[in-house]
Amino acid sequence: MGTKRKLENRRKFFQTSATLIGGTLMYSLIKPFEAIAETKEKDTEDDKANLPLWGMGVDLESCIGCGKCVEACKIENDVPKEPFYFRTWVEQYTVKNDGEVKIESPNGGIGGLKQSVPDEDIFKSFMVPKLCNHCTKAPCVQACPVGATFISPDGVVLVDETYCIGCSYCIQACPYGARYMNPITKVADKCTFCYHRITKGLQPACVEVCPTDARIFGNLKDKKSDLVKFLQKNPTQVLKPHLNTHSRVFYNGLSSEVK
Amino acid sequence: MEEHYQHLYEALSQVDGYIYPNEIDLHWGLMIVLYPYITGLVAGAFILASLERVFNIKALKPTYGLALLTALAFLFVATLPLVSHLQHPLRSYEIFMTPNPTSAMAIFGFVYLWYLMVVLLLEIWFDYRRDFVIWSKTSTGFKKLFYKVITLGINETDEKSAKLDDKLGYYITVLGIPSAFLLHGYVGFIFGSIKANPWWSTVLMPVIFLFSAMVSGIALVMVVYMVVCWVRKVKIDMLCLDTIAKYLFYILIIDFTLESLDQIHRLYEAEESFDIIKVLVGGKLNITLIYIQVILGTLIPLSVIGFFQIYKPAEKIRKFAYFFIGIIVLIGVFFMRWNVVIGGQLFSKSLSGFTSFNAVYSGMEGYLMAAVWLILPLFILTFLLWLMPPWKKVTSHE
Repeated sequence: MGTKRKLENRRKFFQTSATLIGGTLMYSLIKPFEAIAETKEKDTEDDKANLPLWGMGVDLESCIGCGKCVEACKIENDVPKEPFYFRTWVEQYTVKNDGEVKIESPNGGIGGLKQSVPDEDIFKSFMVPKLCNHCTKAPCVQACPVGATFISPDGVVLVDETYCIGCSYCIQACPYGARYMNPITKVADKCTFCYHRITKGLQPACVEVCPTDARIFGNLKDKKSDLVKFLQKNPTQVLKPHLNTHSRVFYNGLSSEVK
Repeated sequence: MEEHYQHLYEALSQVDGYIYPNEIDLHWGLMIVLYPYITGLVAGAFILASLERVFNIKALKPTYGLALLTALAFLFVATLPLVSHLQHPLRSYEIFMTPNPTSAMAIFGFVYLWYLMVVLLLEIWFDYRRDFVIWSKTSTGFKKLFYKVITLGINETDEKSAKLDDKLGYYITVLGIPSAFLLHGYVGFIFGSIKANPWWSTVLMPVIFLFSAMVSGIALVMVVYMVVCWVRKVKIDMLCLDTIAKYLFYILIIDFTLESLDQIHRLYEAEESFDIIKVLVGGKLNITLIYIQVILGTLIPLSVIGFFQIYKPAEKIRKFAYFFIGIIVLIGVFFMRWNVVIGGQLFSKSLSGFTSFNAVYSGMEGYLMAAVWLILPLFILTFLLWLMPPWKKVTSHE
């Protein structure tokens, strides 16, 4: 008994607790830096400089709302067929003569969008294809608690299916509604620019099937690419620019009604 | 799966205006309403205990131990709704292993562990250690075994050791106050930092969450204290009850002021999202926000306790009123969480339409599961009160 033993006991207790807590903390802190130990950093940086930077242009003046892109995407990427899951979809905007704006996208536009407002009431109407904007400052990537969603070195926002815990925080963080919880895999799912295709030199499925070339996919670093030419020729805009996400999907002919 | 689709088809038929097609499914349901609610109860109950210990409000002494055990009982359950809501709950440990430093959600696990292990368990341990030693000598069976183990082999019962416990416990409480602020302010930040959602994205969110947490925690301890006194058939300390109510009143005023400020600010600035938020508040959230959260959960309690500050009616009336107020405040704060979590997902980020919330009874996200997560802490608390009753303590801090 006595103060000395008492203090020793306590010291021991604190030491054990501190080691346990400190150990977990240290491991968590060190883990993200694992890559540094692999001495590949210089190579990766050089590689990155030579990599493309993928982006997409959408020419709203060309889109006819046929919905082929939506259908192709669902088939190509095994997106569930139910009308609640989309990697891309097409919205039909109709501004009426009285100023009211009607937006529709039944089943994401699959099967073609049809006008429901009588001609005489229409002031103007246009189609807007939507997809993940592959933001440079992606709010979803910022929000993911485990780092399961990330930006690939060639600028595509991807989800690691084997790592996502399914918390849906990224879905809440995406301002564009571009993400959904896949009911089969139970992880967050989204447009990948058809990463499995573009890395083989192919075009994304939606671009491939578009009958009017309303979607222009390409390398933003390649000055000769169709995408760069499209951006040079047209005054383009991104969606929700005030959110400062630095989107890499650029729209030509974007009207102020579009949100 | 079929049931889930059917549920979504039903929601699809109830869409009002235009919403992005991926928004039909509400990704955060009842479980995420419970998560900030339960965490808030913990933080609030702890702060009430700290008022007595650190700020030396002696009238609150009868509730000190009770408040700590209440906080502990709810803290044990706090993460369960969160984990059960995950689509891959078995991967939840990844939050500890590879936390993403930019994510507002990633450090929750650490904040939680800090609060549980370093603050609450230690404070309770220091408060009870000497009693555990004494109780271990007089009790039998499971209790004896528990007391023996939990003393961690530190069996001194002399004055000096009690003083040391007291001192260390005090430091932990002092450390606990910013920790409780951190725990719940941080939960508010999880919502407040989502710039994609104008209903959530406000700098006031962490502060609002913090004060409503205190309100709910204090109300909970008030109700628990009264129930425990009735069950034990002992007289309720009216000075203590009046004091708790007084603090509930003060903090409710701050909470209400902050929430009003938030809404007035929205109303006055009337940004792009205001049109849809106006419809949301007047429509889908009308009952839960205006009637339940504001009138039932805030204005009625404020007027009643406010009135008691001027005129004190008979004890019997006050007791009844406090019990009733405790309950409606708890309901009000629950619906405050509801209005934030569910309300924030009812309108589309296209700001052009609404989806609807159709809760289910069964399943991991259903009402029954929610009831389990709310009742479970009460069972844990009952067990804790049986195991370590604060009223049987021999030692108490200065």
